Amino acid sequence: MLRVNDTPLEFEAGMTVRDILRRRNYVWRMIAVYVNGELVPRTTYDTRQVPDGADVKVIHQIAGG
Amino acid sequence: MSVAYDYKVRTEYKGDVPRLRAAHTVVAEFPFQASLPIRGYTRRTLFIDLDTMSVREKPVTEEMIDIFTGGRGFGMYYLWHAITPETKWNDPANEIIISPGPIAGNPQYAGSGKSLVVTISPMTGIPIDCNVGGYFGPLLKFCGFDALEIRGKAKADTVIFIDGPSGLIRLEEAPEETPDSHVAAEVFTHMYAADAKDLQNVSVVSAGKAAETAYMGCLNFSWYDPKRGAVRLKQAGRGGTGTVFRDKRLKALVVRGPKMGPNLNNAADLPSVIRVGRIINQEIHDHDDEQCRMRRQGTAHLVEIMDAYDLLPVHNFQYGKHLDTHRIDSQVWDKRFTQAVPDRCWYGCGMACSKGADGHIVRTGPYKGHIVTVDGPEYENVGGLASNCGLFDPDWLLEVNFYCDTYGIDTISYGTTCAFIMECWEKGILNAERTGGIDLSWGNGESEVELLHQMWRGEGFGVHVGKGVRYLQDLFIENGWGDPQFIRDIGMQIKGLEISQYMSKESLAQQGGYALANKGPQHDEAWLIFMDMVNNQIPTFEDKAEALHYFPLFRTWFGLQGLCKLPWNDIEPPDNHEKYPGPEAAKVPAHVDNYLALYTGITGRPLDRASLLEQSERVYNFQRVFNLRMGQGVRAFDMPPYRAMGPVTKAEYESRAERYDAQLKDIVGIDPAGKSTEEKMALHRQWRTDRYNRLVDAVYKRRGWTPNGVPTLETLKKLRIDFPEVVEVVKAHQE
Repeated sequence: MLRVNDTPLEFEAGMTVRDILRRRNYVWRMIAVYVNGELVPRTTYDTRQVPDGADVKVIHQIAGG
Repeated sequence: MSVAYDYKVRTEYKGDVPRLRAAHTVVAEFPFQASLPIRGYTRRTLFIDLDTMSVREKPVTEEMIDIFTGGRGFGMYYLWHAITPETKWNDPANEIIISPGPIAGNPQYAGSGKSLVVTISPMTGIPIDCNVGGYFGPLLKFCGFDALEIRGKAKADTVIFIDGPSGLIRLEEAPEETPDSHVAAEVFTHMYAADAKDLQNVSVVSAGKAAETAYMGCLNFSWYDPKRGAVRLKQAGRGGTGTVFRDKRLKALVVRGPKMGPNLNNAADLPSVIRVGRIINQEIHDHDDEQCRMRRQGTAHLVEIMDAYDLLPVHNFQYGKHLDTHRIDSQVWDKRFTQAVPDRCWYGCGMACSKGADGHIVRTGPYKGHIVTVDGPEYENVGGLASNCGLFDPDWLLEVNFYCDTYGIDTISYGTTCAFIMECWEKGILNAERTGGIDLSWGNGESEVELLHQMWRGEGFGVHVGKGVRYLQDLFIENGWGDPQFIRDIGMQIKGLEISQYMSKESLAQQGGYALANKGPQHDEAWLIFMDMVNNQIPTFEDKAEALHYFPLFRTWFGLQGLCKLPWNDIEPPDNHEKYPGPEAAKVPAHVDNYLALYTGITGRPLDRASLLEQSERVYNFQRVFNLRMGQGVRAFDMPPYRAMGPVTKAEYESRAERYDAQLKDIVGIDPAGKSTEEKMALHRQWRTDRYNRLVDAVYKRRGWTPNGVPTLETLKKLRIDFPEVVEVVKAHQE
């Protein structure tokens, strides 16, 4: 099990950052992703695998009205 | 939708100027000494009394600058001293104050051209403040005035012309012109400009004819767009500013300023201003395309994002997404907006987000067949006039948007009100007999426009609609139409003002952002949905209270200075999240530092992050006490309708049953198995209402207010606003 923004998400072997974004329907283009506190470079979202039990933060940079 | 048009072709109205001008009568004329500001301030206010048709100057004191800074602060100061607790919006004593703020008029830093409008609102009965673009405020300042204060009521339709280069103020009776703003702004711009080169130095404030019958009338502030050869409009939208304006029989305010220059504010340290201006405009240039795309789409870029996160209001805020959203999303507007023209509502703004849809051929009403430029639609117009009303036709949206603007109607209040009556129609509270034959089925754009025409003509059900949700709730309940509790639950207004176009059900912080806002539920005070609901960065009541302390104060600061909020956080340095991990990044600290340098560069006054917040906190608390003085300003007025907090109907609950059931189980600690939808809804209501009240407790405490929401005497003293008349208002509420 993963924690994504402090809510549970079922872990699957080989899961990448991109898979997490897809599963959560996080479609906003301005995001910062942290895995266990480490900022993940945007260019590695497709390849960066996330370990089981990881604490993932997906911070949307969006300002609204 | 049709996109074949020439962006320079539109119906023109200026040909009628000689005839219209010949009908004017000069009622009064006052010479004045025009002057430019020094370090952002002119230290003079222009006071006009329409009862006596007299004009005089008032000094802007050092105490005013020290305590109230400018802009919204000056507006609150003057209004406080002009009225009594008994003053109503349509009393002559009510004023309209327009003040640009010390930074306004700066052309180096993006978004530095704003004006602040303050008056007693017809919707709420308390002060409203609107932050609006267009050239009026800066040009007013460059004529020599930090504020324009208008009281009284004229006996006939009047134009106030402030002519800086000639050093003359004229009050003229103007009987012939239509007040409808797309015409009035063009006519008055051409009437008062000396020649074609002077058009950019003229700005017009007007409100259309529907503002005469509606409470939700808005003001249109103009700016001349030289590339299009068109006069464009920005709206001081919320709370009925245009209604007050037309009640005073003001047809237009016209200012003619000097030719724009790089340093008309006489900045204390121009190189510093230029330095930070270059930083922000370079950021916009380099990163806007990969970030918000404001230059191509304006705030309409938000439409599909809100839909994706279940936050786009649909069918009167029942739902947060719709299958047809793609028909009105940013891709549509990207094509429909004319690109590669400078859509900036003040000089030097690289964000240039005042998008325009040219070539709209008007389908209905008095301007049927005219070719017009529609200013927008912005996100709020798409969310309010379209999705919230089940309308997914961009051409009808443009039609409604156009008529709202030119008739002087606030698109946010109108969208939320239309959504409310459409749901009332669906639920049988309204029918054809009660609406005078208007079909209010979801998505009926023609009916949305017809109601506006009725307001304009002063007849029919539309006149009631123009008075807003709270008025309609009372009307329906008084007539025995529908269940009063249901009508209260689904009417999306707080303090009498309609909620703007974001779903707040799943963001407790945003519920507070709306309901605790001084003027009523407008998102420009706090927009915390993603930080709260999606990022989960402020999980505790104390975290949310801290956000509801900091962000409303920070956003208030823009209104003190004459700044636009958008270049603060609709563009971000690409390394913002590397430098500032966690919630701190949401403050965009690098841009906060820009603002400190900008303020000091112009005014010569030192400012750090703490004193920036203090400037806002003084005005914010003063405004809260002002609400109290007007008989409101306590906890009972800070309660949202339940639709803003949770599911009102079975259909709403069952459409998101998985989410709601999980919340009961995981957060509330009640197993939903075996319970009916009604039982689960009741449990939700209890839980959601309770947590909202706990949030309010935490916010009041953080703000230094009593449990009833009144600033304590200690808070007033700390902020140096413990003036005797202010203390007098709060001292009976210190329990």
